[in-house]
Amino acid sequence: MPKYVIVGACAAGIGAVEAIREVDSKGEITVISEEQCSHYSRPMISDFVSGKADLAKMKTRDDQFWQKNNANILSGKKAVSLNIAEHFVALEDGNKVSYEKLLLATGGKPFVPKMEGQEKEGVYTFTNISDAELLAQKISSGTGKNAVVIGAGLIGISVTEALTKRDVKVTIVELQDKILSLLLDPKASDIVEAVVRKAGVNIVTGQSVQKITGKPGNEGSVGGVVLTKGDQIPCDMVIVAIGVIPRTELVTGTAIKTNRGVIVDDYMQTNVPDVYASGDVAEAYDFILNQNRLLPLWPLAVLEGKVAGYNMAGKKTDYAGGTNMSTLKYFGVPIVSIGSANPKPDPTLEIVIKEDVAKGVYKKIVLKDGIIVGMTFLGDIERAGILFYLMKKKVNVKKFKDALLADDFGLAALPLSLRRKMNLEE
Amino acid sequence: MKRIIAKQEHCMGCGLCEVYCTTQHSKSKDIVKAYNREKPRPISRVRLEMSKPVSFAIQCRHCDDAPCAQACLTGAMHKDQETGLVTHNAEKCMGCWTCVMVCPYGAIKIDKEGHVVAKCDQCTELETPACVANCPNGALECIEVKR
Repeated sequence: MPKYVIVGACAAGIGAVEAIREVDSKGEITVISEEQCSHYSRPMISDFVSGKADLAKMKTRDDQFWQKNNANILSGKKAVSLNIAEHFVALEDGNKVSYEKLLLATGGKPFVPKMEGQEKEGVYTFTNISDAELLAQKISSGTGKNAVVIGAGLIGISVTEALTKRDVKVTIVELQDKILSLLLDPKASDIVEAVVRKAGVNIVTGQSVQKITGKPGNEGSVGGVVLTKGDQIPCDMVIVAIGVIPRTELVTGTAIKTNRGVIVDDYMQTNVPDVYASGDVAEAYDFILNQNRLLPLWPLAVLEGKVAGYNMAGKKTDYAGGTNMSTLKYFGVPIVSIGSANPKPDPTLEIVIKEDVAKGVYKKIVLKDGIIVGMTFLGDIERAGILFYLMKKKVNVKKFKDALLADDFGLAALPLSLRRKMNLEE
Repeated sequence: MKRIIAKQEHCMGCGLCEVYCTTQHSKSKDIVKAYNREKPRPISRVRLEMSKPVSFAIQCRHCDDAPCAQACLTGAMHKDQETGLVTHNAEKCMGCWTCVMVCPYGAIKIDKEGHVVAKCDQCTELETPACVANCPNGALECIEVKR
């Protein structure tokens, strides 16, 4: 019987395998992967569509990864149910995989709201390589020249850039008033919006798509969309990029507790012994909000998977927590945005902003009691990691807060005591 | 494994570490050509940190926990368990800047022309890293450290 079974071979699954092998070189590992090729980078699928990367470049680990780690990978196999009492996962092909320790790393799936016409040919989601391949084929076939992208979050902006590079005319439809509203404040959002518009993209905010219409004479194919206020936009592709929701199907009807995602403790363990969850399916700890929540981000999924792996293998390990943290590289504007970068008005928060329009630089930190709880660096991001470190370590920066945003900010601007702690110099 | 240590009291802030790092990471390995002719222009992976009168030079620390390698979206950044070095494969880099976000030292440089990152590789092809070998005042030292 495999000692460890991992459902899902993406970021969290990979992290777990690596962590288990650090602790236990022998225990049998079985990884169940719905996809044929699992170890590729999902955040890179926009580069696949734009033509910048092929599948080989997108692989996050080499092809011998599973063998090297002595893990048995079941590719193209779907887990359909979970029997907690008898400790096994049932596969679609009828086989059962027994476990001693189980990790649910099933990830997320695109959220697609009910829309009239959503079944038409030309409607896509954008989270995995199959989505990217379908979209790339459509463009290559010459039948995809005009697209409507629903949602202006990370996924929406990434696919928009890829489409633009393929000379597809894009209209983004975003329900919120601003693009990237979960990541950026209105000012930073405006800067990005101007750049995206300059690239020829049309942006409609404050509206959603109520209906996808067919082509005249070919009702089965996308011909356009009707927005909530009644405006019509002709197009031959619709990409639904609203967000992802956890894939909790496997735990439905079991004793495993869920909220929006699977609830886990600091060890990434569910309420059921021997069952762990990590990645987009789990609600893990956010050290800024001081609560557990969904944070469907690749780097956090890897870390959560690692923590689960250590604990499954018997090395007690706490998850330090993550937070909403993203970088953007799209349309030539580098951005790092972390934590409460766009907080609601709150008199206990102090906000420091530095803007240099000529240089295209916008920097902002949000402080609470002298500790950084949110930040956005736009245009000039090379030193952003130092601030993220201060944020994670909850360092009181009150005395040198302005230096943090200076053009020439660097490690030498930090107090000596802190530099010593960071082992920077002798 | 080895780590390059900065000695603040010896650093004069001359910036030669950056010059020699740039040259070492150029195609020509020639200072004049590296600075004036090569395109894309090679990038120094060491950075002179200066806040007068304090100065010292910092490059990738090759951290034990290597947050950059853990966060890398493509597998381009890798912690080599045998050598202890954090290596970066520019061929696999997609320039997503995630490593830049999580590097506590801000030690990862952005190669704007190549749209990838660049960082210290400890000049493994040399006996002594170029920054260390060419520091005129002994402000950089490459020492063996425990992992």
